[in-house]
Amino acid sequence: MTTELKMSVNIGSLTLANPIMPASGAFGEDMEGIIDFNQLGAVVPKSITKHPRKGNATPRVCETPAGMINSIGIQSKGIDYYMENVIPYYGRYQTPLISSISADSIDEFAEMASIIAGTKEVAALELNISCPNLKGNGAAFGMDAKLTRELISEVRKVTEKPLIAKLTPNVTSIQEIALAAEAGGADGLNVANTLLAMAIDVHTRRPRIGNVLGGLSGPAVKPIIVRMIYQVHQVTNLPIIGCGGVMNGEDALEMILAGASAVQVGTASFVQPTAMLDILEEIKQYMVQYGITDINSLVGQVAAGKHTTEGC
Amino acid sequence: MKPIQMKICSNQQVSQRYWHMKVDASELTEPVMPGQFFQLRCGHDLNPFLRRPFSIYRINREEKTLEFLYLVKGAGTQRLTLMQAGDSVDVFGPLGTPFVLEDEWKTILLLARGVGIATLAALAQDAAEKGVQAVAILSARSRNDLLAAETLQGFGAKVLFVTDEEQTSGVDSVREQIESLLAEHPIQAAFTCGSKRLSRLLQEITAQHGIPGQIALEEHMGCAMGVCFACVCDVRDGEYLKTVRVCKEGPVFPLEKVVLG
Repeated sequence: MTTELKMSVNIGSLTLANPIMPASGAFGEDMEGIIDFNQLGAVVPKSITKHPRKGNATPRVCETPAGMINSIGIQSKGIDYYMENVIPYYGRYQTPLISSISADSIDEFAEMASIIAGTKEVAALELNISCPNLKGNGAAFGMDAKLTRELISEVRKVTEKPLIAKLTPNVTSIQEIALAAEAGGADGLNVANTLLAMAIDVHTRRPRIGNVLGGLSGPAVKPIIVRMIYQVHQVTNLPIIGCGGVMNGEDALEMILAGASAVQVGTASFVQPTAMLDILEEIKQYMVQYGITDINSLVGQVAAGKHTTEGC
Repeated sequence: MKPIQMKICSNQQVSQRYWHMKVDASELTEPVMPGQFFQLRCGHDLNPFLRRPFSIYRINREEKTLEFLYLVKGAGTQRLTLMQAGDSVDVFGPLGTPFVLEDEWKTILLLARGVGIATLAALAQDAAEKGVQAVAILSARSRNDLLAAETLQGFGAKVLFVTDEEQTSGVDSVREQIESLLAEHPIQAAFTCGSKRLSRLLQEITAQHGIPGQIALEEHMGCAMGVCFACVCDVRDGEYLKTVRVCKEGPVFPLEKVVLG
């Protein structure tokens, strides 16, 4: 007997056929011959900036134990190319398109959001608030609760489409930032971007990343991200998209039990190009094994008792 | 294209630092061309974490096997040496843009150093099959490193060996050798891989002689599918510089366009 599994999840007014989607920067048109995009919950192309950007010096990636550090520098062809080529390309698929936006100022975020969300093909926006505020002191918007709230509320004014704030994990209190994004009018939270990291080649005494610092991803960060999803889920009812180190179905389920409604897969696709669809299949097998018919019934269902704030 | 579990026919040490692996590629449906590469998982677990790119050393189309010649350098290649005949290895590819051999070319020059020799060996094999004469200068640290390069002679290539230990691999010495090869042979195209120093030299010489060149680049890779933009290089596009992906637009580029930092 096969039971019909309900895999669809909602991020604000957006309904996804299933909870699995790519992480921005780890997905693109070049994967079309490798996986069927129509089987994903959403497609999330690489973050777009207003103007073309060259990106950072190489090496842009280095391997670390159970993960990798990257500092690509958002190499981008700019918004005009994006509007003319990227959006129409993904418009051919039935899968909802979530456009990831990166900008140097709040005004630029709002300007880009207005243009991109104005197209019928774009189902939702993911705001990469982990990038530095060049009109401020250069610290990431997402490191400051007040700026986060202001940024989301300014973008909120220009579009009614679902807004997902992609939080940076490089903060003291992820809960504070999550609440600020909610207060600003976000419809969902992506928890989270990469963790600021560094690696040094002791033989050459040089940093192993051209930009010196980069973002850590992969299994090494997953327990930190699971903790953050759990903490964010405790203070807000906004749907959470978990992102960080998911390699298999169990990893994705861990995030769902911690409070994520959907899960992004990034680095895993580099190791196993078919990872996203493999993960989706493994989640279904788990649901069959435990008699779960609706994926939503697992969200936030970790049987956790009381804990100390610091974990010690 | 999906990753394939390929059966290892053999995996053996061929010199102090180099190993040679042959795999059964009978499940592979895409054609494989010299200059392209495959992403291999060097173990069966996540250590090392990322796949490693390996260029193709030999393509045995009738036998449906592929051969890789690899330098044991870091955690990935060390782990790869532990794999044995009969084991399977997770292979993803072929990836990237191959070398182009124009029909009218009858004689070509190959200039390779180190593990770049493996990349040009596949081209020498293809050239031989098409009746193209290859003349090669192969550079390495030591004579021992060149043991694995002897296969090029099997393709009828005229091969000159230069090494650091014999102090024959300096740029000036290689320049003289290239110039005398150009004087002796009607070379119509030049190919290189494995050394920025030698590539710059070849860039200069081919420009002087008006000979087209192609280079296969190496770079740290993330996805190798063209989505992560980790493995980039600058190429000249008219008066501008363009940052392109080594895994997708490359690894083979027109030699005159590549900016060799």
